[in-house]
Amino acid sequence: MLWNVTTAEYLNSGHMACPGCGASLSMRHALKVLGEETIVVLPACCWSIIAGGFPTTALSVPLLHVPFATAAACASGVRRALLSRGREEVTVMAWAGDGGTFDIGLQALSGAAERREDFLYVCYDNEAYMNTGIQQSSATPAGAWTTTTPAGKEFAYGKKDILEILRAHRPAYLVTATIACPEDFLAKFAAARKRRGFRFIHLLSPCPPGWKIDSRDSLAVTRLAVDSGVFPLVEMDDGGRLRLTCEPAHPVPVADYLRAQGRFRTVRDEDLEPLQRRVDERLESFR
Amino acid sequence: MSGHEPAIMPPGNYYLTGNEALAEGAIAAGCRFYAGYPITPSSEIMERMAARLDEIDGGVFMQMEDEIASICAVIGAVWAGARGMTATSGPGFSLMQEAIGYAAITETPLVIADIQRAGPGTGQATKVGGGDLMQAKWGSHGDYTPIAMCPWSVQEMYDLTIRAFNLAETWRVPVFVMGEEAVGHLKEGLTVDAPPAVINHREEKGATPFGHELPDGVPPMPAFGEGEKLLITGSTHDHRGFRKTDDPAVQAQLTGRINDKIMNHRDEIVDTEAHAVDDADIVVVACGFTARSVLYAIETLRTEGLKVGLLRLKTIWPFPDDIIRTVCGSGRKILVPEMNRGQMAGEVMKYAGGDVIPLNRTDGRIIHPHLIMETIRGIA
Repeated sequence: MLWNVTTAEYLNSGHMACPGCGASLSMRHALKVLGEETIVVLPACCWSIIAGGFPTTALSVPLLHVPFATAAACASGVRRALLSRGREEVTVMAWAGDGGTFDIGLQALSGAAERREDFLYVCYDNEAYMNTGIQQSSATPAGAWTTTTPAGKEFAYGKKDILEILRAHRPAYLVTATIACPEDFLAKFAAARKRRGFRFIHLLSPCPPGWKIDSRDSLAVTRLAVDSGVFPLVEMDDGGRLRLTCEPAHPVPVADYLRAQGRFRTVRDEDLEPLQRRVDERLESFR
Repeated sequence: MSGHEPAIMPPGNYYLTGNEALAEGAIAAGCRFYAGYPITPSSEIMERMAARLDEIDGGVFMQMEDEIASICAVIGAVWAGARGMTATSGPGFSLMQEAIGYAAITETPLVIADIQRAGPGTGQATKVGGGDLMQAKWGSHGDYTPIAMCPWSVQEMYDLTIRAFNLAETWRVPVFVMGEEAVGHLKEGLTVDAPPAVINHREEKGATPFGHELPDGVPPMPAFGEGEKLLITGSTHDHRGFRKTDDPAVQAQLTGRINDKIMNHRDEIVDTEAHAVDDADIVVVACGFTARSVLYAIETLRTEGLKVGLLRLKTIWPFPDDIIRTVCGSGRKILVPEMNRGQMAGEVMKYAGGDVIPLNRTDGRIIHPHLIMETIRGIA
């Protein structure tokens, strides 16, 4: 795919993301595709901080910071009012972390999807409550250390399958993406912008302090998530089935992804085989 | 749950943060169930409980999907026989309010730590505030009377949390530990004595769990699975727990009793501490972290010959009306410094005979001693 991205910037310098943060890079490129006619609705999450405070607000598009549980509800109100005022061309994007999507925001998300609200919901998933100091969320994967899973998250729990939950709502558009695979990422935001109805993009978003990786390895480690099949890049087709949009470019074992991160250090070698099997089966189901 | 670690910290001197001490106080008081959700500046309580309850036989730690789920898991656990707690801060405390009313009308004993930050809304998540005092009293709809503690030190985060559990069990009521960010994140010495006396709610075979022969009494409380027929509802219910939503007498009796059982026994619940008030021309009424600044201020001003004293509220709800009447009589000036826009000052005005002068700070900073001294010199 040709690298054809505008040089315009809607995320400006002076933002407050940590070095190597996937969420800041993701927002930067998402807005390059969506353009300046975009309103961002943001619940409590890392991005509440990243966006900075007036007059150093890092986004040059309008931003509505809202209570933790309410991204999809507030975005619903914004979109309906815009439509009633004839402003259909404006993109409304709810932009929430995994806690605000998988946990406290799930009820509002389900409600908006069921009502077929016409906005784009993006979950940038860094797999724990990073902003409050790395507590587990239901997006935290099995085996991962957090401050509330001091011995690693139990294998019985694993990561909540948000894709299947959203798929059951039959949204207008449903994909996964990550800024570590930018061509796929940009194509999906471009497609999402053109659609109407409820659209959901699930982003895997690396967090160096939470994942216990070096900030310079942020994208390389996230690419391992895709190449190992832990985070498949998928799209829901017209029949409601999830299909791979990209095969892993350089397939690697799951162990390579886990061992690249400090948060999985309590995962034993004998735990790897069942994890590998789970990942392989899921990946195959998307082919 | 390895069970190798001693459940309660052995007697000795420790150096902990307020939030850590609060968690240890809960464990010392017999709390073995914790359900919570991350929120600054209270998350260290949850983190400590996650690690500690994992070490204790019978300990249950649950991380929930939000604060509504957190308090409701505790309510469920208490009726299944556990002693439970959750902790939060302003926005989470707001989400819990419906369930707090439910706990009050079902007379479910539990403890909620609210480590206050500057609000309203998201406010200043990492900065100190004291603006949840009225929410603790009036946050849920309808009439109920909760109990609220105001710790001023790491020691009291431990001690008053133990007392909070004992009061919750004695009076079958939700009890709040109204910490503030400044004391939650403060690190200082903590002395742990011999294991504290732990009070359990009264149990009585065959007794009705929602009524009592005394109009202001606390009924005995069974748990599920103990052979009692239990029906628990947040609707208006009679002494057996049966829904009686059309009966004005039952509603009047129930709301009367759940309030009277606290208000008629407030002498046993209210806890205040007086410093140099006997001859004072000016009495400062304060609670929580602010009272630390006041103590320093009045001790300094006493050396200048100013007759000033401190009345510190260790419990704010039920409000110490009689003590305020006695200590804040006419002829005295009453200064009420607080990290909100005058929530406690309004209560003091209800009962004080003397002039009440509020001193408010709501910029996310503590009230420093020099500000209190300046104000006192100005009114002396």
